[in-house]
Amino acid sequence: MNGSELDRDPNTLPARLPSAAIFARLAGIGLLLAVIAGLFLYAGGWLTPHALTPAAMVDTFERLNGAHPGFRRNHAKGVCVTGYFDSNGQGQGLSKAQVFRAGRVPIVGRFALAGGQPFAGDTPQTVRSLAILFKQADGEEWRTAMVNIPVFVVNNPQDFHDFLVVTSPDPQTGKVDTAAVGAFVGKHPETAAALKEIGSHPFSSGFGDSAYYALNAFRFVNDTGKSTAVRWWVRPEQGGAAGDFATTDKNYLFDGLITQIHSGPLRWHVIVTVGQPGDPTAQAASAWPADRQQIDVGTITIDTIESEDTSATRDINFDPLVLPDGISPSDDPLLSARSAAYSQSFIRREGEKKSPSDVSTAEVSK
Amino acid sequence: MTTTNRPAQFAFLSRILHWLMAALLVAMLFIGVSMVASLGDYHWLVALHRPLGIAILILALIRLVTRLLTEAPALPANISPAERLVIKMSELVLYTLFIALPLVGWAMLSAGHYPIVMFGSVHLPPILPAKPELYATLRKTHTILAYLLFLTFLAHAGAVLFHTLILRDGILNRMVPWTVRPAKGESRS
Repeated sequence: MNGSELDRDPNTLPARLPSAAIFARLAGIGLLLAVIAGLFLYAGGWLTPHALTPAAMVDTFERLNGAHPGFRRNHAKGVCVTGYFDSNGQGQGLSKAQVFRAGRVPIVGRFALAGGQPFAGDTPQTVRSLAILFKQADGEEWRTAMVNIPVFVVNNPQDFHDFLVVTSPDPQTGKVDTAAVGAFVGKHPETAAALKEIGSHPFSSGFGDSAYYALNAFRFVNDTGKSTAVRWWVRPEQGGAAGDFATTDKNYLFDGLITQIHSGPLRWHVIVTVGQPGDPTAQAASAWPADRQQIDVGTITIDTIESEDTSATRDINFDPLVLPDGISPSDDPLLSARSAAYSQSFIRREGEKKSPSDVSTAEVSK
Repeated sequence: MTTTNRPAQFAFLSRILHWLMAALLVAMLFIGVSMVASLGDYHWLVALHRPLGIAILILALIRLVTRLLTEAPALPANISPAERLVIKMSELVLYTLFIALPLVGWAMLSAGHYPIVMFGSVHLPPILPAKPELYATLRKTHTILAYLLFLTFLAHAGAVLFHTLILRDGILNRMVPWTVRPAKGESRS
């Protein structure tokens, strides 16, 4: 590359442009950079401050529940568990995920109460949740966050936001505006139907005898590439809580669970509901027809329980879209929204100073 | 007249990587800033963000090695020593960010106890232990570095456009993907 061809006099620049041309070109460059910067600001939501973003959703939780640094912004009061999942191999026809091959994988999980108040008292009506992380041998994970209601109350994130706001007690009066709730339900027939469906499944006595439903539809993909719409839920093997805790005790649900696990492992069957072509996958508020095939794919066993104060599971985000190969999201818009909002809650709480959980180490070990 | 033995352009591989990475990085900056502000598009954007970030890390390492093993073209002689220093520093900042941003992202997911999913069943091992405070710090760092990269990109593009359209010193020829052979003793026609 030493040819004389490359020799050049770099001092010989083209004649200086006329001032008008310099100005026009400078303006052009400035405009281009401003447009790029503007698009960046727009993409980041800075130009649309009223849009419902993950941050806005989590802000709403914080506003409705008060500030509780270090805790999850929803399902704030909880306790951590570990155990294992014994797959019976029945899920393999639908999904190639390693977790469905016959055999055992370790799990960690968390029982919690819906709502963003970590120190609220347990009540029979509070929605209960069970989140599970299945750890496949190949390092992939399946995380699922389920609740003890058979369908969700709305079909999209904006409606969920509005439902939350309208059903929360007024901070001044401490009362829920029932007229506003009525107006919301009147405008949302899917919510009216969902509330009826939820009402027809009375809550069990405790965490241990609850069924938990994943609510959203997903897709199972098998070895041949066949994709099937599914929903899943877990059915308890055991009955009500051992021990006698009055429902007026502040932590009666958690104390019942602790006692039950200390007296022996708890088990749930993982049931996959198989959707038929045409079954809606983007309507979490509607159940599929009752005659859909139900496949028992294996059993969850939970044998240890630990306070959030010491368990590493406190710092796991049960993002419902952490999925192994073989399970994919459906077109349900709530899935991406849940993933985004959980992530925002996780980002905030991980950087905050932690306070002790209401379900303390002492309580869990007694 | 100055005679130089230095090449007129960066190595071919460097030039190709420059433009490929430019497209990927701008796309990544927009994907990143969009996904954190979006409920509905969050999932598919974040699923794209992870493998694209690792692709950029690999390309950046190849580019760094190429840059170190090949000779860089001389800068046009009209550029002042002070500006030469700025150019050198900005190149250093850009290379650092190309490598640091994906590494911080990877480390952040590791510290946040997330599986680092690429595509299908392919995933990367964690490079840090799961640790809440570490996650929070790295998550913030990732955002700050991304804003810094965006600003450096704007400054870089603005400076090159200024040189190319106003000073017309042919600085862009050093990086265009096609071969440029300046005619002897004169500037561009």
